[in-house]
Amino acid sequence: MNDIVTNVVFAGLGGQGVLKASDIMAEAAFESGFDVKKAEIHGMSQRGGSVTSDVRFGERVYSPMAPVGGADFLVVLSEDQIEINQHYLAPSGKLLSENDLRDVKLPHPKSGNVALLGILSTYLNLDESIWLDAIRANLPEKIHAVNLEAFALGRSLNGAR
Amino acid sequence: MKIAERMLLSGNEAVALAALRSGVNLGVGYPGTPSTEILETLGEIGGRAQWSPNEKVALEVALGVSFSGGRALATMKHVGLNVAADPLFTAAYTGVDSALVIVSADDPGMASSQNEQDNRRYAEAAGLPMIEPADSQEAYDFFMQAVKLSERWNIPVLFRLTTRICHSKTVVQCDGATMPAATPAFRRDIKGRVMIPGYARLAHRRLRSKLAAISEWNEEGELSETVLHDRSLGIITSGVCAMHVREAAPRASMLKLGLTYPLPMRQIAEFIQNVERCVVVEEGDPFLVDAIRAAGLKIDSKSESFRFGELNSERVRLILQGEEEPDAVPRKPGKPPQLCPGCPHRNVFQILHDMDCIVSGDIGCYTLGVMPPFEAMDTCVCMGASLGVGLGLRHSLPADEARRVVSVIGDSTFIHSGITGLVEMVYNPPATGHVVLILDNGTTAMTGLQEHPATGRTLDHHRTRQVSMERLAESIGLDSVEVVEPGAMEPALTAALARNDLSLIIVRRPCVLAAGKIRQYEKAIAEDAACASCAE
Ligand SMILES: Cc1ncc(C[n+]2csc(CCOP(=O)(O)OP(=O)(O)O)c2C)c(N)n1
Ligand code: SF4
Repeated sequence: MNDIVTNVVFAGLGGQGVLKASDIMAEAAFESGFDVKKAEIHGMSQRGGSVTSDVRFGERVYSPMAPVGGADFLVVLSEDQIEINQHYLAPSGKLLSENDLRDVKLPHPKSGNVALLGILSTYLNLDESIWLDAIRANLPEKIHAVNLEAFALGRSLNGAR
Repeated sequence: MKIAERMLLSGNEAVALAALRSGVNLGVGYPGTPSTEILETLGEIGGRAQWSPNEKVALEVALGVSFSGGRALATMKHVGLNVAADPLFTAAYTGVDSALVIVSADDPGMASSQNEQDNRRYAEAAGLPMIEPADSQEAYDFFMQAVKLSERWNIPVLFRLTTRICHSKTVVQCDGATMPAATPAFRRDIKGRVMIPGYARLAHRRLRSKLAAISEWNEEGELSETVLHDRSLGIITSGVCAMHVREAAPRASMLKLGLTYPLPMRQIAEFIQNVERCVVVEEGDPFLVDAIRAAGLKIDSKSESFRFGELNSERVRLILQGEEEPDAVPRKPGKPPQLCPGCPHRNVFQILHDMDCIVSGDIGCYTLGVMPPFEAMDTCVCMGASLGVGLGLRHSLPADEARRVVSVIGDSTFIHSGITGLVEMVYNPPATGHVVLILDNGTTAMTGLQEHPATGRTLDHHRTRQVSMERLAESIGLDSVEVVEPGAMEPALTAALARNDLSLIIVRRPCVLAAGKIRQYEKAIAEDAACASCAE
């Protein structure tokens, strides 16, 4: 058994879909057969405050919280939340943010979270079909099409860069 | 175990599923982060779940269910157990027939609470066994154990979760087995359940001997886990801290306790003997530390500064190194929450700010009225306190200041614990009178839009009788009861403050996040009623 754990920290403001993004990520890792832990702080998050959620997966994961300085990926949905969450990122970690979506037209203004998952997915070795199923499982049917489109858009971005 | 199912569940979902499968006849509680989703989930997956007006009532209903031979679950956040403490302490004496499991969801670090009290203290104070799972798997498995333990010793069991257990999703594997259902039937037991002093004296002795027996059972280690690796460092821990420990010190030996009251002191002593240095790692109060030291055993503990906030693997590493301070670099705080755009509370707090009222506040979304630009709240202590504290201020301030005092309370909070404050107001009216505002947004917004008795809908949004707050207040005997829209509040408040009488102004307008949902629920209720009348 290896003890490699992948740590992804999602951050943003209440209402931006931080928790949805982390749910989709967690489910994709779970369906890929990994041990998964997902932590989040919610409660007052509906009211526009800072929200973060950690997803950790590997053969065996203990603590549900990503270590400070240990995040392999920091996915930030609001630029002004980068600074306060930067300390999560490992020195070799990758920051993905709104900025990575600046040149593209999202299929819906609220689909930024799933578009960033699209970019993230290109760094993680999980089957695309598992991602798509996780998106469908976590969102209401009437917004499946826009979100699958946003995911595909994000996925195309990394290759282009 | 044959693994029939593999699921990714939050701790709350795991508890709900375990409650369903262990044949819980009724789940009751009052919403409170981080416990709320337990009953919501139980209802969704086919169990029977109800919101009570407050935690005290919830626990009493649960106790009645278990006296009847049915299994009961009561859920609440940590401060909810303060409200339910009165029945709690004496339920320990009466004991139960079928299982009674009381979930206390603690919030170390105060992600969404007014304090970070450590409810392990209640287990010792009331004399009730306390079980602490470390992840969703244990939340599921240990809940079933809690039901068995409760029925084996006929005692209520405290099931302590923390925010990181409730709201973290982790993998749960199980065989899907269910427990045979309990069949309620009345059994008379006057001496066991009527706590007059003569019977209660006997009951207290019974309680202590049950605890002695449970402690013996705990020594067998059914709910503990001992990992003996490197003997130079041993760690005693429980709950989610055990996960941080595994991460921070993978090679250390560990004793993870699942039943943290009454403690298995012989097992603990043996573990301490097996290692060179033993450190207790726990969040919050020095609960394990004090008990283990009182037993004359030698252990190291965290420094006092780690008492504040929750632990994580870095902090555990620092504790193990004997550091005094939790964080080397202070972190910038995130953006605080704010009232939603269009929130009906905004109007109210703008007016309270502009009128320079002294605001005796309460708990709910509207507590955010304390934030800029309003800064229109002067006190906020616990649910319902706006009434009593406002009256105290009125009684004691000079008249010109007393006349500026207003008590402000939400609809759910009023039902929870504001009613008795209103009774106090008519019984002992201040010389200048008093003004109470109920901010009726038609929901319990703070905890995620739950129903309550004044919405007229049950936990699963079906029709039930509706408690009328205005008629209730009128019957209590106030001088004036008015219902206004937020836009019409200012003249009503100005007039009420100018009178020396007892006024209630109900400011009514739905929460913007709830409004659409409420319309849907009402539509569904109307459709159901139409169908029912067809069928007749
Ligand atoms: C004893 C206790 N139980 C539960 C809670 C959690 N809680 C805080 S405020 C609140 C109710 C808020 O509803 P309401 O008064 O209607 O105000 P709103 O949030 O809708 O504005 C709840 C359930 C608490 N703080 N204390
Ligand atoms: S959730 Fe409702 S009550 Fe709470 S701030 Fe938003 S609109 Fe106001």
